[in-house]
Amino acid sequence: MAMLSFEQKYRVRGGTLVGGDLFDFWIGPFWVGFFGVTTIFFSVIGTVLILMGAAQGGTWNPWLINIAPPDLKYGLAWAPMYEGGLWQAITICAIGAFVSWALRQAEISRKLGMGYHIPIAYGVAVFAYVTLVVIRPVLMGAWGHGFPYGIFSHLDWVSNVGYQYLHFHYNPAHMIAVSFFFTTVLALSLHGALVLSALNPQRGEPVKTSEHENTFFRDFIGYSIGTLGIHRLGLFLALSAGFWSAVCIVISGPFWTRGWPEWWSWWLNLPIWH
Amino acid sequence: MAEYQNIFTRIQVTGPAYPGVPLPATDSARKYTPTHVHLFGRLGDAQVGPLYLGATGIASIICGTVAFVIIGLVMLDSVGWNLVQFVRQLPWLALEPPAPSTGLKFPPLNQGGWWIIAGFFLSLSVLLWWVRTYRRALSLGMGTHVAWAFAAALWLFFVVGFFRPLAMGSWSEAVPFGIFPHLDWTAALSIRHGNLFYNPFHALSIVFLYGSTLLFAMHGATILALGRFGGEREIELAIDRGTAAERGGLFWRWTMGFNASFESIHRWAWWFAVLCPLTGGIGILLTGTVVDNWHAWAVQHHFAPSYPAASFNALPDPVYGVAR
Repeated sequence: MAMLSFEQKYRVRGGTLVGGDLFDFWIGPFWVGFFGVTTIFFSVIGTVLILMGAAQGGTWNPWLINIAPPDLKYGLAWAPMYEGGLWQAITICAIGAFVSWALRQAEISRKLGMGYHIPIAYGVAVFAYVTLVVIRPVLMGAWGHGFPYGIFSHLDWVSNVGYQYLHFHYNPAHMIAVSFFFTTVLALSLHGALVLSALNPQRGEPVKTSEHENTFFRDFIGYSIGTLGIHRLGLFLALSAGFWSAVCIVISGPFWTRGWPEWWSWWLNLPIWH
Repeated sequence: MAEYQNIFTRIQVTGPAYPGVPLPATDSARKYTPTHVHLFGRLGDAQVGPLYLGATGIASIICGTVAFVIIGLVMLDSVGWNLVQFVRQLPWLALEPPAPSTGLKFPPLNQGGWWIIAGFFLSLSVLLWWVRTYRRALSLGMGTHVAWAFAAALWLFFVVGFFRPLAMGSWSEAVPFGIFPHLDWTAALSIRHGNLFYNPFHALSIVFLYGSTLLFAMHGATILALGRFGGEREIELAIDRGTAAERGGLFWRWTMGFNASFESIHRWAWWFAVLCPLTGGIGILLTGTVVDNWHAWAVQHHFAPSYPAASFNALPDPVYGVAR
């Protein structure tokens, strides 16, 4: 069931980090593993808690469901269940599920004899999330500085926090992060397009080779980073986008409390201008 | 863990440079003798050059340079031709579009005329560059996927600088040239039209922006993790599936129950990257033309959250003069 024609010979024992052979089996296409069990455990509890919060929130409109973090007055203490306690528990479940997922990716990498690049890359995204809901709130002294769980409510949070610093585009780390995001999309479009253009050539032409890919880019901009290099570059750009996003929000509040446009006055006041 | 993780290339073979796949006789010759840069070879390909210039390439670079120089000279003029102040204030300097009173007329040069001229040359430059992406692919017998992906970016470029100002009846709606000024334009547009976060096409564009980043992280990491099986040979593996493609596919199948193929992952990549500016451009074109206030629009369509009054007590509204 749900097995690819070549899959059987890869479905072998081993590679687990925890639990030995205990959970070393597949359900449908999914491999389970110890961390698959913990992922399910945290996701189910977290989802049930979200549904509980939604049931108390007065709306089942999916755009409007909102689980707010505790009021600032609770500081870093536990809040009552319907005053942010749910948010705290959901955050614990989310981190539990995300970390389990990363470790499960590491186990699957081991099973297939692959490097650890995927769990490490995923770890950067988890780090950015933890920065938003744990590191920054702890540095600011209240869980209330975390973002609310809701589709449009979290956008309101982004907007409001941005305008607390007058104009967030002037945050230098935000500038770096956005530049990396845009560059990642540019590089992804070029990479995807280049491979597709080699595999889907002009009518009547044979499928092209990586020498054609290299030649196209050298003709185009004078340099081709190559088939291996583009994946290094892409991974670097994507992870840098996530990393600098985490930096740009963690410095807002803990390390800079005024408007971001004002931050740039150091540049205008450098002694070299006089 | 302390094993080779394919972050850089350990062994570089140095040989003669590859001149490139032969071009049709109608094309001009490639320029510059290729060289090898060792440090480039650590991360990617060591060979730099040759380059195909061609008529459209040269014309594009000339037009781009003209636009760049006009922008620079207007900025230099705005600080009284003082070079030190030019460097000091560069991030704040701008070549602004004409004032709202100009409408769609051609104003005097120092009241936005230069903005129209610079914009014209920049537009010409990127359009010629598009022709180049198209013709370089044809000359090698390849598909034109790069050109159409670039066209998606041009769509957004022309929406913010041409189509939307045209629809609004004023060049003043367009984006200024300048580092901080174009950021100011972005924030002002959002505030003026009730917060762009409530614009569903803006939301889609962000989904594809973050989705592209997610996809490239997943794809790049997968290929690097398959380094010892030669996973970077994507063309070969797409046609004749090898163990690298099988393992890469199974990784995602076992992780999330679904996997792409070595060809289809690039279709996912292409569409995610292309849809980012495509949906973004739609969202901008609708802003101020079809929808004046996105928050009001969201309230009307029942997707703007409202919050209990108590949640505002933490930060009293200074407008009402409530002191803590």
